[in-house]
Amino acid sequence: MKLNSKIPSGNIQQKWDNYKFSAKLVNPNNRKKFDIVIIGSGLAGASAAASLGEQGYNVKVFTLPDTPRRAHSIAAQGGINAAKNYKYDGDSIYRLFYDTVKGGDYRAREANVYRLAQISNQIIDHCVATGVPFAREYGGLLDNRSFGGAQVSRTFYARGQTGQQLLLGAYSQMMRQVAAGTVNIFPRMEMLDIVIKDGKARGIIARNLVTGKIERHSAHAVLLCTGGYSNVFYLSTNAANCNVSAAWAAYKKGAGFANPCFTQIHPTCIPRSGEHQSKLTLMSESLRNDGRVWVPLNKGDKRKPSEIPETERDYYLERIYPAFGNLVPRDIASRAAKRMIDEGRGVGPTGQAVYLDFRDAIKKQGVEKIKEKYGNLFDMYYQITDENGYETPMRIYPAPHYTMGGLWVDYELMTTIEGLFALGEANFSDHGANRLGASALMQGLADGYFIISSTLPNYLANASFSKADIGDEEFKEAENEASARVRKILSSKGSKTPAEFHRELGDIMWNYCGMSRSEESLKKALSLIPRLKEEFWQNLKIYPNEDFNQTLEKALKVADFIEFAQLLVKDALERKESCGGHFREESKTPEGEARRDDENFSYVSVWEYAGDKKEPVLNKENLQFENLKPSVRSYK
Amino acid sequence: MENKGFSITLRIWKQASAESEGSFQVYKIDNVIADMSFLEMLDVLNEKLLKEGKEPVAVESDCREGICGCCGLVINGDVHGPDEHSTVCQLHMRRFRDGDVITIEPFRASSFPHIKDLVIDRSALDKIIAAGGYISANAGSAPEANSLPVNKPLAEKAMDAAACIGCGACVAACPNSAAMLFTGAKISHLALLPQGGPERHLRALNMVKAMDSLGFGNCSNEYECEAVCPKEIKISNIARMNREFLKANFLSEEEIEK
Repeated sequence: MKLNSKIPSGNIQQKWDNYKFSAKLVNPNNRKKFDIVIIGSGLAGASAAASLGEQGYNVKVFTLPDTPRRAHSIAAQGGINAAKNYKYDGDSIYRLFYDTVKGGDYRAREANVYRLAQISNQIIDHCVATGVPFAREYGGLLDNRSFGGAQVSRTFYARGQTGQQLLLGAYSQMMRQVAAGTVNIFPRMEMLDIVIKDGKARGIIARNLVTGKIERHSAHAVLLCTGGYSNVFYLSTNAANCNVSAAWAAYKKGAGFANPCFTQIHPTCIPRSGEHQSKLTLMSESLRNDGRVWVPLNKGDKRKPSEIPETERDYYLERIYPAFGNLVPRDIASRAAKRMIDEGRGVGPTGQAVYLDFRDAIKKQGVEKIKEKYGNLFDMYYQITDENGYETPMRIYPAPHYTMGGLWVDYELMTTIEGLFALGEANFSDHGANRLGASALMQGLADGYFIISSTLPNYLANASFSKADIGDEEFKEAENEASARVRKILSSKGSKTPAEFHRELGDIMWNYCGMSRSEESLKKALSLIPRLKEEFWQNLKIYPNEDFNQTLEKALKVADFIEFAQLLVKDALERKESCGGHFREESKTPEGEARRDDENFSYVSVWEYAGDKKEPVLNKENLQFENLKPSVRSYK
Repeated sequence: MENKGFSITLRIWKQASAESEGSFQVYKIDNVIADMSFLEMLDVLNEKLLKEGKEPVAVESDCREGICGCCGLVINGDVHGPDEHSTVCQLHMRRFRDGDVITIEPFRASSFPHIKDLVIDRSALDKIIAAGGYISANAGSAPEANSLPVNKPLAEKAMDAAACIGCGACVAACPNSAAMLFTGAKISHLALLPQGGPERHLRALNMVKAMDSLGFGNCSNEYECEAVCPKEIKISNIARMNREFLKANFLSEEEIEK
């Protein structure tokens, strides 16, 4: 596998400009001759469809739900970062770049991150122009708040619904292109495979979820904007439909999969309440602006929180990390919570939680102010737990939330398959081993609105395309394979449901490859997953309906998750260092913090598919730090 | 918290496709736990049906935290269930008691064609947005964000209207199947912001026209939409839509384009 990251020449500040000047362009009159297929309609997909439609390309968007506006970007709560420095508190593009690389524990590509920081300001301008109702100050100018891993206030927000507002903004821009005739939407469609012709991605095979019909669509380029794979853990903050299937299909067709073991466990989620649990709900990181995290000082203290006096509370984040306090990055906060719980100081009925307490903030600012800032989050907490967060501290626990790993892409966001691009959470490029809060929305929109619209034309203008027709052998073959797989699942006659397999996989992943990983636990997972895979194909219970069939949809996703899980664990085993969200028991400091190993692991792990029966091949992209010096990541 | 299992009876609308006839099917389900969400209770039912070799009930959901707008059911006659201003996924079984009979139906409106069981097609709402629910600004062309201050109370009002999740509950609750709260919310969101100014007249005309041509009914001031809206979107948005539409109708072509 050749890994050419195509990082442009010049100093870091000039790389993006240099790239844009050297890139080939497509004449406005020629653009409509190019068909672009986009899979997924979240922030990355919708914004890409909008910007490419605006330029005049012929775009088709495929999405699972009934309307593109349901994509899971909608659930992002807290905000979007940008280096505007409106608070004049020392922010700059360079500082956002530095914070992001450091926050990612020096496992991201410098040039990509710098470009992201540069574009961040343009995103805010564009979102405001398109009507995103960001929070404002009384003077009418934009307001900011703080997020983890930064000492400046650079997060733009729309109450606790920033993802919703940004997604609806991108969606409305996409619908404008639908009206203009440049974008076509294909809802309730699931991509089953990518069609490769002459070494290039030239189309897709997709299943209509209502009729069950399998369709072929040709294109000059395919963009995967399919989000992350946190649902490999079964319980996560992701929506029920989030999956790894499109990325996995790309991997099996030759796209390198980068750093699958880099998964993010978010520290502030509502703890699980029982076996029936189908998902975990996030409580925005923005709550740590005002909420204080604590556990009782003494083990097994079962008193009500209100009965525990100040002197017997341990505000452990403020104690251990005085410089960042409650706003340490997510990986740090999650592991600290785990240490407190492991010490026997967890709270609530199961002991698997810590407190997030607003008592002091309410005392100081009044309950109305807190309501204005986070009202919808307190409501959500109440609906789920039946507890009033204004009166008693919230109980929170870490949960899988985001995946930094994803399809390997070069500077142009192209995977190792020519003409196949990956945008947003689906790629690996910007967050290293840990993503900072409010940076996912920034990356999704940077990729979709501003990067792909500059890099895709360069590919289209340089490539020579043979004619690709859906009657071609390549399409027939891909469709045959996809239908065979669907038929195989439909004909299974076992006794275990897709959900049961998924739950079992989730238990393996959370117990042996979750917040803390060791050689022993990972090897255990590697022995369990193949057995589960074997059982899946022998003992799956399904309802054999060929058209609308949600058990089939679920089974297809779970089948891919099981295969993918093996790769994730393998990657975790190979990376013997701790870094960011990846914590290896064997590599920690005496205080229990992650110990990174730059000498041996300063690279991106890129996995190459070698066939079903063969072990995947590990390729490495060495990371070069020309501007920032990798140092011990301290938030003390 | 009391977490002992209890039993309920479900009457669920089953309908194989838009063309076929539907009817209520009765299911009994035990071991329902107070902390379960309503959708988790349906998960339990569907797992049970699948295990018994029966066809599970088709029902949609995605985020399960009340923001994607995907789930939407009529529960015992209430759109989105008995909780006020809430979505089905946020409803928990602690609202129900042992022995309860719960009737579950899809949203019913002629502009939302039926697909299967509890699943319907709400793409008509996308068509209303495509008719003008946006501000025309190409990526890369925007001025510096703070060059245009926006009055904070107006920005807050715009945000109130923009909070719509597109679930279609307003249509389902309206005796006329009107989509006026949905359309009014988008028109208001963009009309309240200065950025939305240049297109406000055309937007109102085109969105209302689309809404009418898609077969949605008219408002007769029943206030049902406001009562069921999970995001508490106010009926005053319909009044604003009507004012926007009326004003635009009185303008000459040149004035609209201005």
